[in-house]
Amino acid sequence: MTARIELRTSPHVVKGSSVERIMFHVVLALLPIAAFSVWQYGLSALALIVTITLTCLASERLFNRLSGQYSTLSDWSATITGLLLALTLPPSFPLWMGAVAGFMAIALGKALFGGIGYNVMNPALVGRAFVQAAFPVAITTWVPAFAPNRFSEFVPTTFTAPLMTPPDVSAWAKSALDGFTGATPLARWKFDNVLATPHDFLSGAVTASAGETSAILILLCGAYLAIRKFMDWRIPVAILGSAALTALLFQMIDPARYPDPLFVLLSGGMMLGAVFMASDMATSPVTPKGVWIYGTLIGVVTVMIRYFGGLTEGVMYAILLGNALAPLIDQVTQPKVFGEVKTIKGKGA
Amino acid sequence: MSLFPFFKNNTFARGVHPDANKSTAGSPIRRMPFASRMILPLVQHIGKPAVPLVRAGEEVVRGQPIAKADGFLSVPIHAPADGVIDSIELKPSARGPWVESIVLRVYEGSTQEVGWSHPRDIDAMEPQEILQAIQDSGMVGLGGAAFPSHAKLAVPEGTKIHTLVVNGCECEPYLTCDHRLMLEYPEDLMTGIRLAMKSVGAKRAIIGVEDNKMDAVAAIQAAIEKLGPADGGITVQAVPTKYPQGAEKMLVKSLLGVEVPAGGLPMHIGVVVNNVGTLALLGSLLPEGKGMTERVVTVTGPGIRKPGDYWVPLGTPMRTVLKWAGAQDASEQEIILGGPMMGQAVASLDVPVTKGVSGILVFDKLRVESDRKIWPCIKCGECVKVCPMGLNPSMLGMLAGRREYEEMGAHYHLGDCFECGCCTYVCPSHIPLVQQFRVAKGILRGKAT
Repeated sequence: MTARIELRTSPHVVKGSSVERIMFHVVLALLPIAAFSVWQYGLSALALIVTITLTCLASERLFNRLSGQYSTLSDWSATITGLLLALTLPPSFPLWMGAVAGFMAIALGKALFGGIGYNVMNPALVGRAFVQAAFPVAITTWVPAFAPNRFSEFVPTTFTAPLMTPPDVSAWAKSALDGFTGATPLARWKFDNVLATPHDFLSGAVTASAGETSAILILLCGAYLAIRKFMDWRIPVAILGSAALTALLFQMIDPARYPDPLFVLLSGGMMLGAVFMASDMATSPVTPKGVWIYGTLIGVVTVMIRYFGGLTEGVMYAILLGNALAPLIDQVTQPKVFGEVKTIKGKGA
Repeated sequence: MSLFPFFKNNTFARGVHPDANKSTAGSPIRRMPFASRMILPLVQHIGKPAVPLVRAGEEVVRGQPIAKADGFLSVPIHAPADGVIDSIELKPSARGPWVESIVLRVYEGSTQEVGWSHPRDIDAMEPQEILQAIQDSGMVGLGGAAFPSHAKLAVPEGTKIHTLVVNGCECEPYLTCDHRLMLEYPEDLMTGIRLAMKSVGAKRAIIGVEDNKMDAVAAIQAAIEKLGPADGGITVQAVPTKYPQGAEKMLVKSLLGVEVPAGGLPMHIGVVVNNVGTLALLGSLLPEGKGMTERVVTVTGPGIRKPGDYWVPLGTPMRTVLKWAGAQDASEQEIILGGPMMGQAVASLDVPVTKGVSGILVFDKLRVESDRKIWPCIKCGECVKVCPMGLNPSMLGMLAGRREYEEMGAHYHLGDCFECGCCTYVCPSHIPLVQQFRVAKGILRGKAT
C-alpha cells in the first residue's frame, strides 16, 4: 500500500451548510414577492426587477475583475441585493435610475468594503439611499396597482432616457385607474390624516414600492426562511414587536393623532425591511442578545422617524442605523463564558 | 442561576447534533490477532516518557513491564505479546514527529495468556496503595486524552471530593467502544468505580450515559443492583444526546447543574471525572495485578468492510488493524484516530495503536470534500449559537485572520476553547475556526515562554 493519505484537521465531519445554500434559499423566498409585484404592477415592475438584478450582477463581476478575485456571482448575494433593491423602489422608477441604484448598491455598499461578509450596511439599502438623495422626485412618484393596462403598456417613465428628467405621470396614472391620488398610505396619514384599512393592505390595493404591498406573502416567505434556519427569526420578531408596542404606546397617549399598531406594521416598507433587509446576516449582530437589541432599536427608530421626522417612511434609515451600530452592539453583548466568575462591572469581559 | 429554577436543566447549553453513525454498537467486541511486529512508543500518555527496562534481543512475555514510569506524571509500558525485543529506535507517531519506541518481534506461537500478574485483594488496599497499583498498571484515560489515571485520581491535600462522575456519554459520532464495554463488562466497571471512589474519598458516583444508549443504562442498573448495601451511592443517569456531552465540564453541568469555573478543574468544585472505559479496564486489571496490554478500539467508517469494536493489542500498526478490518485500498482516504469531531488524521500507516486511541475511522474520498470553498465570515452567528463554552468563535476567527492573537487570549477567552469543533462543524463559510484557534494558542504559548 503506497497510498496517498489525506491529512486534515478536525472536525472531520461537517453539517453541510454553505453560504451558497443560504443565499440561494433567500433568493427562492424573494421570488414569490417579486412575482406578486409583477402581477400587481405589470411590465414596468418586471423590467425594473430584471434591470436592477442584472446591473447588480454585472457590477459584482466588474469589481471581482478589478480586484483580481474569482467570480463571486455563484454565492447569490448580488442577486439578493438586486431583487431587494428593485422591490423597494416605485414600479414607475426609470430604468436608468434603477441601474444607477444597482451599481451604487454593489459599489458603495459592498465592493468598497471588500465584498461579501465585509460590508457594514445592507447594500440594497445603500443603493436605495443613494437614489433617494439623487432622484427625490422619481422615488416618490407612484403609480396605481392593478391598472387594467399594466400588461399591455409600460408606465411612461420607465424608458426615460438616461440623465433626463422623467415625464409627469400623474395624468397617465389617473387615466389608468380612477380616483388615484398618487400618495402612499403613510403620506396620506401624515399629511391628510387619512388612514388606509388593513383590508387595503392585505389585498395589495395601496400605493407603494414594488415589493412592499403584500404583508402576508412577505411573512410567509420569511417564515419559510426562519423554519429552514436560513434566517434568524429573532430579528423580524424584535422589529415588528417593538414597532407595534411603540405604536400602541403612542396611540394610548393620543388616539386621535396616532394610528393603530396594525397600520404601522402593514404600511410602507416595514414588513419587507423587517423580514428581508434587517435580517441580512453580514450586517446584523452576531450574538443572540445583540440581535434582540438591534431589532428593538430598528422597530422603535422606524416609528419615531415616521411620527416625528420630516420623511413619511423611516424603515430604511432605521435599518441603516442598526447596521452601523451592529458591531458596537456585538461588543457590548459578548456571550457569557461557561464557568465565568462574576466580576465587578467593567472589570470583567 | 437559571431564571426558572423549577425547570430542571439536565444538560448544558448550546452544542450540536451530528449524525451518530454508530452502526457498530450492535455487535460484540472481537479480538484482533497479534501483528508480527509491534511498535510501542515510550510516550503514549501526557507526561514524561517511560524509561526502557529491556534491551534489544531480550525475550519478554505478555504483560511483562518493558519500560518504567519516570517520576509521578509518567506510566510504565507492558509487553503486549510474547516475543523478542528487536530494537529501541525512532518511529513515526500519530502527531507527526518520530518518537523513541520499543519494537517487539512477536513469536508466532504467542498466546492470549498474560504471563505476568499478581492477584490481590483490592478491598484490603489503602487509597495510596490503589494509586500506586494504578500507576503500575500503566493505565491512562482511554477517552482520548491519555492523561495518567493515577494522577487524575490523586487529590491534592486539602481538596475534598464529594462526587465521582463516570463519563459514559461517548458523544463522538461513530465511536462505540465505551458503549460495548458498558454492555459487556458492567461488573468490571463497578469494581473500577469502587476503586476510584475509594482512592479519591468520594461518597457517591454518578454514571452519565447519553440517552441513545438505554441498553447500557439498563446493563449498568442491573450491575448496580447486584452490589452489596455497602456500595450504595453508585447511580446511573441518562443525559440528553448532544455533542459534546462527553466533555468533562459539560457532563458535570448536565449531572450536577454546576459550572466548573473558567480556567479551573472539576476537582475545584469537589468532582473527579473518569471515563467508563478507563474504569472498566482498571476494574479488570487491578484485582489481577496486570498491566495494560490492549484496549478496545472502534474501527469503522465508510472505507471499512468489517467495522466493529476490537480488543487491539497496544503497538499494533495501523496497517495491520486496517487489513484485519477489511479496509479498501487506502488511496486518498482519510484515516482518523479518535472520533470525527476531535480526532487526528494520521500521515503514516506505520503509526501504532497507542493507549489513547479510541477509534480508527477510515473516510473514503467521497467523505473527504477536497475543495470546500472558504468564504469570508458572513456573521450568521451560528458558531456563537453552538459554542458550548459560550465563546464568540466568529470574533475569534476574525481576530485570528488579523493575527491579533494577544487580543484573542486577553479579551475573548481563547484559553477556554477546548477544540470540540462545533463552530467549524456548523460554519457555512467553511472557515477552519478550530485550526485557527489551535495555531493562535500555539503562538501564545510560544510567546509566553
